[in-house]
Amino acid sequence: MAEVTYREAINRALADALAADDSVFLLGEDIAAAGGVFKQTDGLQARFGAERVLDTPISEQAIVGLTIGASLQGLRPVAEIMFADFAAVTYDQIANQLAKYRYMTGGQVTVPVTIRLANGVSGGFGAQHSQAPENWFLNVVGLKIAVPATPADAYGLIRTAIADDDPVLVFEHKALFNTKGELDDEPQALPFGVAEIVRPGSDLTIVATQAMRPRALEAAAALEAESISVEVVDPRTLVPFDHETVGASLDRTNNLVVVQEAPPGGSWGATLIARLVEERLDSFDSAPVLVAADETPIPYAESLEQAWLPSTERIAAAVRETLAVAVPVSQG
Amino acid sequence: MAAKQATAPPLEEQLDMLRSMLEIRFFEDECQRLFARGAVRGSTHLYQGQEAVAVGGCRALREGDTMTCTYRGHGATLAMGAPLAPTFGEIFGKARGLCKGKGGSMHLTDVTVGALGSHAIVGAHLPIANGAAFASVYRKTEEVHLCFFGDGSTNIGGFHEALNLASLWKLPVIFVCENNLYGEYSPIALTTPVARIVDRAAAYAMRGEQIDGNDVIGVWREIGAAAARARAGEGPTLLEAMTYRQRGHSRTDPATYRPDGELERWLERDPILLHEAALRESGVEDGQLAAVRAGAEAAVAAALAEALEWPEPDPEERFDDVWAAA
Repeated sequence: MAEVTYREAINRALADALAADDSVFLLGEDIAAAGGVFKQTDGLQARFGAERVLDTPISEQAIVGLTIGASLQGLRPVAEIMFADFAAVTYDQIANQLAKYRYMTGGQVTVPVTIRLANGVSGGFGAQHSQAPENWFLNVVGLKIAVPATPADAYGLIRTAIADDDPVLVFEHKALFNTKGELDDEPQALPFGVAEIVRPGSDLTIVATQAMRPRALEAAAALEAESISVEVVDPRTLVPFDHETVGASLDRTNNLVVVQEAPPGGSWGATLIARLVEERLDSFDSAPVLVAADETPIPYAESLEQAWLPSTERIAAAVRETLAVAVPVSQG
Repeated sequence: MAAKQATAPPLEEQLDMLRSMLEIRFFEDECQRLFARGAVRGSTHLYQGQEAVAVGGCRALREGDTMTCTYRGHGATLAMGAPLAPTFGEIFGKARGLCKGKGGSMHLTDVTVGALGSHAIVGAHLPIANGAAFASVYRKTEEVHLCFFGDGSTNIGGFHEALNLASLWKLPVIFVCENNLYGEYSPIALTTPVARIVDRAAAYAMRGEQIDGNDVIGVWREIGAAAARARAGEGPTLLEAMTYRQRGHSRTDPATYRPDGELERWLERDPILLHEAALRESGVEDGQLAAVRAGAEAAVAAALAEALEWPEPDPEERFDDVWAAA
């Protein structure tokens, strides 16, 4: 067991996947000679060669399209989209081509493509380089979506993504690159669709991913001093989603707050709440709350940007307000 | 060095190319009748008049080579060797169609013959074609990829990104622009500032040639030469095959925008008539040509009758083939 950064865990996962399978190759803008603008791929071209770790032109359609064609011929491409926002430039390739190729051909092919995208707010990149756009893909069936928050999860989910025969989007959160965590000396792949109960609790369940997970934990720690016991659950993949673990947690705590780094419309958080209300209305002692980012583009100035993000204080306040009006099911 | 190219395939192969062109023609005529009657759903984009491009191109390939094409893709898919009845079956939405009824007219695919897909978002498959070609480079094999697209595809971003990367990485891909003079309903000059699409190759330091798309043997020769260069590591070629769409863009388009006399002039250069005339000059008897024609017509009629009898997919099958892994 060693302590590594999230960035180092990503690098290790890519290196181990390249070493394990000759059909794996990496491509993207500035990922090879430069090692990536966030250095996730540092040193990989030197180790695995220019034929397997390739720099591309600034051409996101060409990058994603190439992964599709190569995967049809049996390769396992891993593409990097430098900022997740740039997925919009190649949305057709992801949503219309990659996601539907297998289905439209009646299952003649598999498209084992992994796309890694640098995600989220990390300090002043502005409205076009700070979004967490995983919600853009929720309504496109055919894509798996991984959202790791820790080094071990980043390692394990990337290994599973690359080995998976379906297309997978792996969102790597920029604000987490320098965060540290334990990684096993022989780290293992982590199955998709398995949530982690990060902190057990009995009064209320918070569901949070990526950079919102540490904030949810901070809020939970602060609330403990007020004798409020919060359970924090991280789904780790949005597609497939571990409804069982999240639903069971709600059944125990009977109160729910979902935290996401994106506006509420058409989002995983809103979808999760809708489904839990539909399926488990009797489990709620209070109305579920979605703590989301504001309904504006992401502003640049630090004061504006930080106010846009769900803060630890906002999360804690949502928990207090929810519990203040909760009526236990048994008395309802 | 590229291998020296033969100037024409053996006569027997040339006769088989005629058979393939005729099967595509009769196939498309049947599709047109069925769609006109409302017997088939969705839309369809017919290929009559362009058969020489698909047949000449696909016959220039070797075992293991692959092909992608557009939503006007019945011809190219059949030219690769997709069987007639399952191809009809897919257009009719039958469970035994090429894609089990999940794709339809615009998405005909048969990977067993190297037909990797028909693509309905204009220009989107050019980047995908690069990927198929990249796999040959990655594995150090000699397979090439043949990518058909229309003149209308050359004004969309994917075309430019794909040609740029293919040339940069010397990918073994042959880009064949079927210039049928119309992008959907608009004549090419209304949408495209260059008079010759092939001039765009220069922007990507790529070899480009404009060729007669109605001369099946000429197409075979030029695509064969481009394939030989690609196999030799010399990278991609852009070919502009001049041809003509004898029908409208899709089933709802009567093509009233054509100038007077244009269709008639192109019908005189019908690729099947041209090829039959060339075969006659090579000494093939009229009776032999008639037999090929009758054989193709009978094969299409039999496939049509067979496919029409097939059952629709069970509604529960809509959940299949979304995911590879459970």
